[in-house]
Amino acid sequence: MYSKGSRPLAVATVLTVLAGFALVFFYAPLDADQGFVQKIFYVHVPMAIVALCGFVAGGIMAIKHLRTGDRSWDMRSYVAIHLSIILGTGVLVTGAIWAKASWGHWWLWDEPVLVSFLIVFLLYCVYYPLRFSIEDPDRQARYSSVFAIAAGAFVPINFAAVRLAEQVTHPRVLSQTGGNLPGEMRLTFFVCIAAMALLFVTLWKLELTSKHASAQLRRLRARLELRAEERTAGPATASLR
Amino acid sequence: MPALPLDEAGKYVAAAYLVFLTLIVVYVAIIGAKISRIDRELGELVELTDEEPAPGGP
Repeated sequence: MYSKGSRPLAVATVLTVLAGFALVFFYAPLDADQGFVQKIFYVHVPMAIVALCGFVAGGIMAIKHLRTGDRSWDMRSYVAIHLSIILGTGVLVTGAIWAKASWGHWWLWDEPVLVSFLIVFLLYCVYYPLRFSIEDPDRQARYSSVFAIAAGAFVPINFAAVRLAEQVTHPRVLSQTGGNLPGEMRLTFFVCIAAMALLFVTLWKLELTSKHASAQLRRLRARLELRAEERTAGPATASLR
Repeated sequence: MPALPLDEAGKYVAAAYLVFLTLIVVYVAIIGAKISRIDRELGELVELTDEEPAPGGP
């Protein structure tokens, strides 16, 4: 069901990630201001963009679930959010490393970009306890979808609010003029974004395939156990007649 | 802050890329472990169905 087209996707992902790494270390020029430390940008920013898009995608899939009642959309939404939280962890850690190297601090509490991303990340950390505290599968899927939609709507609002805020230390990468990146850096950056997006989709499909196979296996086991029970109960019922 | 010299900056860059690779490797390893568990359980179910008498058989 979910494994269709996984092999070419995985090959494309590996090739794009390798191309991205090659461009970062052998093609993109050193930043005039930050020097070699700026190479962190090519992993940190694509991870942040893909994580935020993953949160929004999770919300859109949750809308599909509520509209159609198809629980597979809830599972898709859950896996997208789960992967985005993993990438979000990477964003926070790589961001702290970059901040220490270029600003001399691991974290700055007065920087809107950093704090807003942390707020989004912590908001989504609430998703797990909410989801797994509900035992009934239908209610679990419904409540999780409502959360995913509300939180997914918060992500672009939060992004816009931060863009409107006054810039303190954190640089703005995406702008209407295309940012201040020179050609080689911009190409490398876009390849890295493509690589990160492909990696996200590949891992998303991989986890969905694993979850689907696991669910089917549980159903098969339950059906076999029921059949075995019927077989053992059958002769006893027959002897009573 | 002035740009760090290459030997010092290299440690930070290596750490950042290592964090990214570690996250991906750990994630893939966890999914791999799940898939091998599914494979093992599937093998058990196949054994179980092999032991069952064929429908309509003796």
